[in-house]
Amino acid sequence: MTTEHEPNGLIGASLKRVEDPPLITGKGCYVDDINLPGMLHLAFQRSPYPHAKILSIDVGKAKTMPGVEAVITGNDISEKLNLSSSQVLPKMKIPPHPVLARGAVHCVGAPVAAVVAKTRAQAEDAANSIDVEYEALPGVSNAEAALEPGAPLAREEIDGNICYTMVKNGGDVDKAFAIADHIFTMHIASPRQVALAMEPRGIVASPDPFGKNLTLWLSTQGPHRARAEIANTLGFPEHKIHLIAPDVGGGFGSKGPVYREDIVACHLALKLRKPIKWVATRSEDFITTIQGRDQAMTSEMALRKDGKILGLKVKVVANLGAYLHSSTAGPPQRMLGMACGSYQIKDCRVEIVAVFTNTCPTGPYRGAGRPESVLNIERLLDKAAAVLGMDRLEIRRKNFIQPDQFPYTTGTGVEYDSGDYEKPLREALKMSNYDDLLRQRDERRKRGELVGVGFSTFVEPSGGAGFESGTVRVERTGEITVLTGSSSHGQGHETSWAQIAAELMKTSMDHVTILHGDTHVSQQGTGTFGSRSAVVGGGALAIAAERVIEKGKRIAAHLVEAAPEDLVQSDGGFAVKGVPDKTISWRQIAGAAYSGRVPEGMEIGLQETAFFDPKREAWGFGTHVALVSIDRDTGKFTIERLVLVDDCGVVINPMIVEGQIHGGVAQGLGEAMREQMLYSDDGQVQTGTFMNYAIMRAADMPPMILGETITPNPFNPLGVKGVGECGTNGAPPSVANALMDALAPLGIEHVDMPYTAPKLWALIRNAERKN
Amino acid sequence: MTAEAEYAAVPINVAVNGINYDAVVEPRTLLVYFLREQLNLTGTHVGCDTSQCGACTVHLNGRAVKSCTVLAVQADGAEVKTVEGLADGDNFHPVQEGFREKHGLQCGYCTPGMIMTAVHLLETNPNPSDDEIKHALEGNLCRCTGYVNIVESIKWAAEKMRKG
Ligand code: FES
Ligand code: FES
Repeated sequence: MTTEHEPNGLIGASLKRVEDPPLITGKGCYVDDINLPGMLHLAFQRSPYPHAKILSIDVGKAKTMPGVEAVITGNDISEKLNLSSSQVLPKMKIPPHPVLARGAVHCVGAPVAAVVAKTRAQAEDAANSIDVEYEALPGVSNAEAALEPGAPLAREEIDGNICYTMVKNGGDVDKAFAIADHIFTMHIASPRQVALAMEPRGIVASPDPFGKNLTLWLSTQGPHRARAEIANTLGFPEHKIHLIAPDVGGGFGSKGPVYREDIVACHLALKLRKPIKWVATRSEDFITTIQGRDQAMTSEMALRKDGKILGLKVKVVANLGAYLHSSTAGPPQRMLGMACGSYQIKDCRVEIVAVFTNTCPTGPYRGAGRPESVLNIERLLDKAAAVLGMDRLEIRRKNFIQPDQFPYTTGTGVEYDSGDYEKPLREALKMSNYDDLLRQRDERRKRGELVGVGFSTFVEPSGGAGFESGTVRVERTGEITVLTGSSSHGQGHETSWAQIAAELMKTSMDHVTILHGDTHVSQQGTGTFGSRSAVVGGGALAIAAERVIEKGKRIAAHLVEAAPEDLVQSDGGFAVKGVPDKTISWRQIAGAAYSGRVPEGMEIGLQETAFFDPKREAWGFGTHVALVSIDRDTGKFTIERLVLVDDCGVVINPMIVEGQIHGGVAQGLGEAMREQMLYSDDGQVQTGTFMNYAIMRAADMPPMILGETITPNPFNPLGVKGVGECGTNGAPPSVANALMDALAPLGIEHVDMPYTAPKLWALIRNAERKN
Repeated sequence: MTAEAEYAAVPINVAVNGINYDAVVEPRTLLVYFLREQLNLTGTHVGCDTSQCGACTVHLNGRAVKSCTVLAVQADGAEVKTVEGLADGDNFHPVQEGFREKHGLQCGYCTPGMIMTAVHLLETNPNPSDDEIKHALEGNLCRCTGYVNIVESIKWAAEKMRKG
């Protein structure tokens, strides 16, 4: 830990991470590193079919194989062992999601039987020996195709394949379209992505000898939420489950919900009264862990000839996959709040149709509905500029929500808290030398090159989904322990939270310990997703710290026989105003607090807990600018310059924030450049390994130039906003707009991501042939 | 792993991080599982089953290899170094230090493999260019960092090692 910094100014300092030493020496502890005496291993037989009826399952051989202790199928367990989704709408259809298939399977990878054996190899051998007879049924993988009349039913229970539809109207959209000078439509599909946390999912479930308590180590983003979901599904008392998220090797949204394997592991551990471990192979993880994006958006925009956007209609067809996890239904609904982006469009209509298909369930993936929304509106703005023959900057500036309009309520009734969109735009144009980029582009075009410049001026909400908790305890020694409900899986909370606590308490970071990721250590919490930790978890911590400081001050005042108003915080405790030498340390205060030397009527002890729910999201914003070129002969495109200016409010640790931006951009560019989960029309998996799913590698990353503007969040104790998702939200549309700019001279108007070389090559050939 | 296996166990002798081990393995045991499960060296991670991610990278007779793609029996008579064998007591290896200095890790899952690959790179090329570093990392995947700071970390380490 770096301690040479003064306690003051810790917030905003790029300090090295507290969590690194074990992780760089191989001493981390991830789920697969946990081994308990007598622990058994779990493995699954899974469906090779996207959609099929199960005719028979023969587990005879498996039961006799070496080391095997149990073999079960869906028929051996209660149908109550079923994962459920919250009923977000009264008419939403929630088909069964049994933890082991019952009678039918609806996507490749659905677990059909489970084996427990002494070693992992034995469990896998036995699982592979299980013989399942299927009758293949027709399947469908594309959501729009699933809506066509006569399409195969992804779930036999649900006619028409629709899970839910939602419509939100704002203003008078029909009138807006009636008076418009121009109307145009656009169809944009966002490609399905795989989160691919490098640590596959996994769980260790360990019951006590009487089966009354359950200890779980789970690779999760939210220990408390996961515990509640597991308790609920098992019908086991929540408070008797001790859930620990040890080191977690990435999540990106995919480790939010609970999965079938988690429940099977808990169930069998309780049944056999023995600890059980299950860790996914990468192949299992690919096809069973919630995937992201996969929304098709059809939009119509109404324009006045001076560039004013009059109205917008967006219809989202969202692919939910075959089963609903607790978080599956959520991401498409982001469009309700974000359809209009950073622009004043009061007259709008958003319609969402969420569809079942025979594919892996989808759910939040870094951005979770934000990237789709930003992509849609930012592509629409470029198209609108083209339709009007207007400059792309000018149309944005003309329609931006203005700083004095906040809090601003969008047409669909969502409130944006604060913003100044011109600020990052100006900064990004400056940093990218925008005028020069355009000049370069024009010159190179004259030489026959395909070059384009594009940008996105986006908004991104963060810090939603209810409360987070924080406890600050001053120990007898004067050292500080923080218990947080936010749990970290790479975000560096142990460092950032220590910076917050040390700065507020005016103590050294060495004296602060952050405890997280354990339901028996910290009070109820929510978890880390949706760019919420710094905003909500950091906020809760700040409020708890203020309360402890307040109490500490009163005790200190009591000890020095002064009035609390006469004390000020000083290094390591308090000092009497005007008498800086007269100090009283946290150690002295804690000593008094725990021995009862407190003011009359005050409770002893020195610990405070806060539950903080900001009740509104923090709407961050930014501008990303890209310069791209395409090789005419090969179709390969290169991002030559990428400037990213994000306004995420007050920054706690710039090094960590930059790391979050880098990582988000890499995932966003993966979506733009290479990554897509593909299925055959009926749902067979085509890109289920790293050999054919083109995850970003080191050499794929373009140079990035990072900038920032800082507009403190007025509704947060620390002034912070989330930052984890800005890379996936802002970068892909800027690249998309740049690429379309490069292709515009060929008359190509729109191409969906990812922009792979063969796709671009074919388009360019076609266009050249036509011209 | 061996007692009840239907495969005849094979004796091997391997030096791991300077310690000599006589062990018995199933012929199909991969080196990574031997290290993790029999020697309890859990710093070497498994991130895939197709030899793509590099989370399992160790040094076998001085060369960086994917330990999920080597059978334990192939390591018979060999010297293996894992991430646990890099630091000298409490003193980090310069590459480990570089990853911390330059924020070359977030969740840390890919990190041991990244570090082992980087150490081997710097042993064979003490002053690599950015492109050479990225090329060397071709077989190591990271989903958190966008690789930017991993490259910076390796450059930092290279400089430190050159200065001695
Ligand atoms: S575990 Fe992925 S390459 Fe070895
Ligand atoms: S740090 Fe998480 S995968 Fe590399």
